[in-house]
Amino acid sequence: MKWWITGFLLIFFSILSLFIGVSDLSITDLFSLSAEQQEVLFVSRIPRLISLLIAGMSMSIAGLIMQQLSQNKFVSPTTAGTMDSARLGILVGMLLFPSASMMEKMLLAFLFALAGTFVFMKILDKIRYRDAVFIPLVGLMFGNIIGSVTTFLAYRFDLVQSIGTWLHGDFSMLIEGRYELLYLSLPVVILAYIFAHHFTIAGMGEDFASNLGLSYQKVLYLGLGLVALITASVVLTAGMLPFLGLIVPNIVTIYQGDHLRSSIWQTAVLGALFVLVCDILGRVIIYPYEISIGLTVGVLGSGIFLYLLLRRRAYGL
Amino acid sequence: MVDVTNVSKAYKEVKVVDDVSVHIKKGTITSFIGANGAGKSTLLSMVSRLIPKDEGSVLLDGEEITSYDNKELAKRLSVLKQSNNIKVRITVRELVSFGRFPYSQGKLKKEDEKLIDEAIEYMQLEDFEGRFLDELSGGQKQRAYIAMVIAQDTEYILLDEPLNNLDMKHSKQIMKALRRMVDDLGKTVVIVIHDINFASCYSDHIVALKDGKCVYEGHPEEMITNNVLREVYDMEFNVCNIDGNRICVFFT
Repeated sequence: MKWWITGFLLIFFSILSLFIGVSDLSITDLFSLSAEQQEVLFVSRIPRLISLLIAGMSMSIAGLIMQQLSQNKFVSPTTAGTMDSARLGILVGMLLFPSASMMEKMLLAFLFALAGTFVFMKILDKIRYRDAVFIPLVGLMFGNIIGSVTTFLAYRFDLVQSIGTWLHGDFSMLIEGRYELLYLSLPVVILAYIFAHHFTIAGMGEDFASNLGLSYQKVLYLGLGLVALITASVVLTAGMLPFLGLIVPNIVTIYQGDHLRSSIWQTAVLGALFVLVCDILGRVIIYPYEISIGLTVGVLGSGIFLYLLLRRRAYGL
Repeated sequence: MVDVTNVSKAYKEVKVVDDVSVHIKKGTITSFIGANGAGKSTLLSMVSRLIPKDEGSVLLDGEEITSYDNKELAKRLSVLKQSNNIKVRITVRELVSFGRFPYSQGKLKKEDEKLIDEAIEYMQLEDFEGRFLDELSGGQKQRAYIAMVIAQDTEYILLDEPLNNLDMKHSKQIMKALRRMVDDLGKTVVIVIHDINFASCYSDHIVALKDGKCVYEGHPEEMITNNVLREVYDMEFNVCNIDGNRICVFFT
């Protein structure tokens, strides 16, 4: 796939996304917006588009970093317990500090995501049977254990409905004032680009990294920190976007290779595009109602994930 | 020079390397030989600070190796372990460029590109430089890794079984390249090697390990003899002199 094709598609769907919805707003109205239409555009449609783009981009990059560092193509925020841990963090925040601000919730989600991913990486070290498919299965189980703790706590404290919001990714609630936290992902993405070489080298193994004078541990912690930050901000604003960080980097790897410097932008653009298309699908399938994006991403994503699993030898994954 | 003094390493009570002292001179090829499990790779890993040692010291030009700054050390000493299991999808040229990482931290300058070109040429990889590593044969991969070490341009080069996976032609090519690097560029090379005939023909110094201990060391002429080899490997050898080289026959 050429970069300009994905770039063009991204712009096309971005514009399309702005003009899909129940409120009457079409591209021909653009230069004669009524007050009501202006409000729809600036309060709802544009924030939604921006959050879709940032979430898709940063979740894919988070997956890319994780796959690189764990040397496993099937490790991602979904398959390493990162998302579930972030969600547990949010719940704990709601329980202990009900009046916490968005930033404080963010901090808790971040710390939990970081700790959860770290525990998973430690489990990974202990596993001797390192089959490529076995490891994400362990990660999914690990994530489900954390998820069940969350559910149990939510059940005990009557918070099942609130936590349900973060179970399914949903962009329909993201209006002005509720999505800005996602901007936190942008500097993280830039950091990921700056350290692209470091991540790629660390992905070659600890000995390989040491030979080149790189501290493997430091790069690992940096990478996990970035991943946790991205995941926490996305889960807290948009909710869980399963499989995104798994499939997008894998598709890019097939034609672009694993050097982060060359694959990171492709991954970003394709990730944003994927989320955008899923969101548009969710908005038109049962129009005027909406299917949450967690569902569309989950269905499409798990389908592609299965396909990649079955075809993995052909692509050398 | 590298001074290894009384170095030991144990894994769960079992001493893998037991009180070994070796002196590695500048501008030579030193070969570690010995049976499987004799401790050669472990010794090499300790000499190159990849694994910590339990006891003893490794002095690189008079200074303990573990006290060096990582980045500085990467400009003076490079080490390549057996690494055939890496499944990362990067091109040969990208791999070789990593050799410049200690100098450039990822931002390649003109002179870096030049050294990368030279390293690729040195290992005759021009035709493959755009290919992904996972599309190459074991031998091509091995040459790509060695090209990376050449691009790293360090004074000391430590290689763990560099001839692994290579056919005769490419084994000879690598050994000749190492010899040239020592003779022309003054590099110091340490290798773990199983083929004792290559060790015999190309080394300046051979260190024989057995059960974690250094049992013999010396010039190939002293080392490649029936008596020494019988003791190191517990089998019979027939050492012949062919065209001025000592060649072991042990196949039947």
